[in-house]
Amino acid sequence: MSTRLAQGGRFIDRSSKLNFSFNGRKLAGYSGDTLASALLANDQMLMGRSFKYHRPRSVVTSDASEPNALFNLGREGSFEPNARGTMTELFGGLSAESQNHFPSLEFDVGAINAKLSRFLPAGFYYKMFIHPRPFWKHIYEPFIRKSAGLGRAPKARDESTYEHFYAFCDLLVVGGGVAGLQAALTAGRAGKDVLLLEQTENWGGRAPVDDIEIDGKPAGDWVDAAVAELASMPNVKTRLRTMGAGVYDHGYVLGYERLTDHSSGAGPRHRLWRIRAGHIVTATGAIERPLSFAGNDVPGVVLASAVRDYVVNWGVSLGDRTVVVTNNDDAYRTAIALKRAGVEVPLILDARAAGGGVLAEEAKALGIRVENGKGIAEVKGGKRVSGVAICAQAGEGATLEEIACDVVAMSGGWSPVVHLWSHCGGKLTWDADAVMFKPDPEKGPIGADGTSFVSTAGAASGVLSTADVLADATGKAGGGDVPSASDPEMAAIEPVWMMPQGASYELRSKAWLDFQNDVKVSDVQLAAQEGFESVEHAKRYTTLGMATDQGKLSNINGLSVLSNALGSDIPQVGTTTFRPPYTPISMGAIAGEARGEIFQPLRKTPMHGWHEENGAHWEPVGHWRRPYTFLLEGETVEEAVSREVKNTRQALGFLDASTLGKIIVKGPDAGKFLDMMYTNMMSNLKPGRCRYGLMCTENGFLTDDGVVARIDDDTWLCHTTSGGADHIHQHMEEWLQTEWWDWKVFTANVTEQYAQIAVVGPNARKVLEKLGGMDVSAEALPFMGWADGALAGIKVRAYRISFSGELSYEIAVPAAQGRALWDALHEAGEEFGAMPYGTEALHIMRAEKGFIMIGDETDGTVIPQDLGLHWAISRKKEDFLGKRAQARSFMDNPDRWQLVGLETLDGSVIPDGAYAVADGVNANGQRNVQGRVTSTYHSPTLNRGIAMGLVHNGPDRMGEVVTFPKVGGGEVKAKIVSPVFYDPEGEKQNV
Amino acid sequence: MSERVFEGAATVRQLPQRGMITVRGDMTDLAKAVKVPAQGTVAGNVAWMSPDELLVMCPHEEVGAQIDALRAKLIGTHHLVEDVSDARAIFEISDGETLAKLCPVDVARMEPGRFRRTRLAQIACAFWKKEDGSFELVCFSSVADYAWGVLSNAAATPVAHFSG
Repeated sequence: MSTRLAQGGRFIDRSSKLNFSFNGRKLAGYSGDTLASALLANDQMLMGRSFKYHRPRSVVTSDASEPNALFNLGREGSFEPNARGTMTELFGGLSAESQNHFPSLEFDVGAINAKLSRFLPAGFYYKMFIHPRPFWKHIYEPFIRKSAGLGRAPKARDESTYEHFYAFCDLLVVGGGVAGLQAALTAGRAGKDVLLLEQTENWGGRAPVDDIEIDGKPAGDWVDAAVAELASMPNVKTRLRTMGAGVYDHGYVLGYERLTDHSSGAGPRHRLWRIRAGHIVTATGAIERPLSFAGNDVPGVVLASAVRDYVVNWGVSLGDRTVVVTNNDDAYRTAIALKRAGVEVPLILDARAAGGGVLAEEAKALGIRVENGKGIAEVKGGKRVSGVAICAQAGEGATLEEIACDVVAMSGGWSPVVHLWSHCGGKLTWDADAVMFKPDPEKGPIGADGTSFVSTAGAASGVLSTADVLADATGKAGGGDVPSASDPEMAAIEPVWMMPQGASYELRSKAWLDFQNDVKVSDVQLAAQEGFESVEHAKRYTTLGMATDQGKLSNINGLSVLSNALGSDIPQVGTTTFRPPYTPISMGAIAGEARGEIFQPLRKTPMHGWHEENGAHWEPVGHWRRPYTFLLEGETVEEAVSREVKNTRQALGFLDASTLGKIIVKGPDAGKFLDMMYTNMMSNLKPGRCRYGLMCTENGFLTDDGVVARIDDDTWLCHTTSGGADHIHQHMEEWLQTEWWDWKVFTANVTEQYAQIAVVGPNARKVLEKLGGMDVSAEALPFMGWADGALAGIKVRAYRISFSGELSYEIAVPAAQGRALWDALHEAGEEFGAMPYGTEALHIMRAEKGFIMIGDETDGTVIPQDLGLHWAISRKKEDFLGKRAQARSFMDNPDRWQLVGLETLDGSVIPDGAYAVADGVNANGQRNVQGRVTSTYHSPTLNRGIAMGLVHNGPDRMGEVVTFPKVGGGEVKAKIVSPVFYDPEGEKQNV
Repeated sequence: MSERVFEGAATVRQLPQRGMITVRGDMTDLAKAVKVPAQGTVAGNVAWMSPDELLVMCPHEEVGAQIDALRAKLIGTHHLVEDVSDARAIFEISDGETLAKLCPVDVARMEPGRFRRTRLAQIACAFWKKEDGSFELVCFSSVADYAWGVLSNAAATPVAHFSG
């Protein structure tokens, strides 16, 4: 059984007991435990089920590379699936559940898949689910979806908060083992701004576990001293529980800090560090590789390094009798540590015929039996190891002997953690002697200066002895004093990709490569047989390394099996791509603070508060919220809109037009510039006058419109659409800065400096005259004129412009005074029947007048000529943006659909976006079309459906009837008419 | 613009309206009207916005007079002087870590007098460091509530990076 030892455990505090629950069962651990170590201390070896075959699963590792020990944590708003038990710090009240089992962890019906494994070979999705075709949608896909993924998706709203943090440093060091600490010390002593990140809650990495001495003292003491020295340096910052998640171009690194996962504390749960570093040192260590023998997935088969981690760090023994199996010397450390802790080690199987070095001798001296040239033929046991069958590594797996044990500690060698090195293109090289892919320092990720902006340090570079690690880290951080270290002499590792070397199919089909996704040696060999020669293809076909652990344990073993099967060398097969993040990070951390009220900026006009209090039914316009209509008690939206239109046409309406873009264009060349920006002439506009203008892109398409006012000799004010203010300002600046940089023109976007109120309707002049302060008569302020003055004691600029066809003034006022004028207008307007109106009434009134709306009548493919706006296109001008494009054959073409009005025969409203059908079908068998609706409304003024649309040869077909089929059946017939439905002579606006 | 205060790990204060004037022109011309600060800095009441733009600040009630004075001094040069006081909201933030949560700026190494145009989470902003180590930040007035929301949210908890 796995249990807590009477002594030991450098991370745990035995005086601080913590209660937690697993699958509803109450258990206890100590402060400093991980969920995994606490479960093991409680003899809870079985932790989950594998993905495909629902095989029993327990820990394989003690760290971030863990594929198996995944849990659902928390409940409701704090629920989190796929949490690695090895990285989950225990806290009081922690609640964990195992995953991927039904009905229970101990008895799982999905395990039947394992019995069917011969029918679920590599690529079985592709083979099984292709035929018959209809089965995909109705049977296969629902089945796959149900069985996909390990953890459950959270259902409740995440109750935690998250944030980002931007950090900058000269040197970023990722990894707080001795390499990272030494790199940070070296750079810190040299005065660099250093940031050091460590993903776990403890400094020091493996060295303190491995009984190393540095500078003549135990590694743990050296680590403590190093941390203390770093803390004393003001130029060095350190962070525990912060993983270097990804490396991106230009020295950009994402760090993932877990703030409250280990507690129930307040504040953000995760913090995403967005780091810009001058240089990056990845001191990310190495990952031990499993060995591929039959039954290597049975709970109790654990990496050798993890077995000693549990003993040394958490005082946990995984079992009473541990058999060690290895191809290198490092695993002997486990046997020695176990023996010293009083745990029985009946046997060490060393696959190397010549055996190990100094450590092997030490193990033998401790009385441990060592068998060289031997391996495991098969692990005995189901939910727990019960023994191993021993065989010759060089043979085919004939059992020589069976040994009872409950733990197998395996080591297939070490692979440097090259992920961060590789994220931005750092290349690897195969070291056949060390049996590892390691970073090629000559081919690092290249920064702007042509040199690598990432260096690796320590085991991440492929050096494994502490002395080499410290020397490498010191050098990579700029050079300095290198501490001395004692390392035992190590005998050479030998590659072992399959155990035994000639394992039969039966054994190979029980030898796991990917524990989480259930990919076995036989699956990769089958993929190779079926022609999947590329490692990237084989990966996807077999799903090797595609689980949440992204193949940290399985990649190298898998590609080695693949290369053997293909008869090629390992470096020729190569690795799959390493992509960020290193281990999964929360979606919340990525979103940061952006949730709830601050999910997105909401732009508010000065009158926003009034609208809120007066029944505004909102509509998003860009980031603005504008009132679509103002609802009175008991009214529907349609009724409110209808009332607003009628009231404005018959009495008086106020519109908050503050969102309208306002751009000042000033300078000696401003007129020339505006003549280029607009299709019509703006340079000859007189001060005090306004002109409606159209703007096109250089491809000729209509992009924005609005009224331009000339303020003085060299100043114009350009109104843009509400959504267009920012990009039209940018559009102007782009042309000024890149093309006409020598023109004397300045622009300023003053959209928000002014609130703007449209005062519209037959009583518009009356209310302004009542407010008093300026002459707003037809003589003093004629249609399309503007004047500065004051109203109700507030400084204003009044424009006589109309987008409704009524007598209309748009009053601009400094934004801070906007609400005051709005209130004054309402008060004064009461006797004239004043009511506010929203954007829908605005739209209807402009449609009744046949005025176009950018975004309705235009969609990026429409030119002004399509809309009958020839009158707004200057023929006198030599050039304007879009002029040349509009002369192209497909633009200057009578076959383009053109704007007309559409009057439904039955008075109904044509559905939005409807197409007018023509005879016959096109090459795709679709009904031919001859036009489409661009704007369609019920006109309260005319009490009928009106619409505008683009129709083939439309202006020449007045009176003809076209047909618009409706979605879901039926059709609407409409007569082609003039787009101006209301007051075609313009008498009402010009009074 | 409502004045408001949030006190958490840091203090955020929305300040009363301030006079702000956009001044554009050739810097040698503008030097006739104002003391032009060095690139990327704020000096006195003038901030450097871009190679041809300054932001002149003054008490709100003096904006009109300031604009008249600036325009008078710039007669004969190609320039633009516009009142943008009402288009701005202004905040005071006691601690740089709050800004470092929201702005991609090396706030820790910012000297007093440094002026940065950048973004505050999802909106445009500019901020500068004052002699006492606190910061002032301006953004568009339409998004004042959003700025307030993200600033007060960020100010609630410390990171303990700048000091720690």
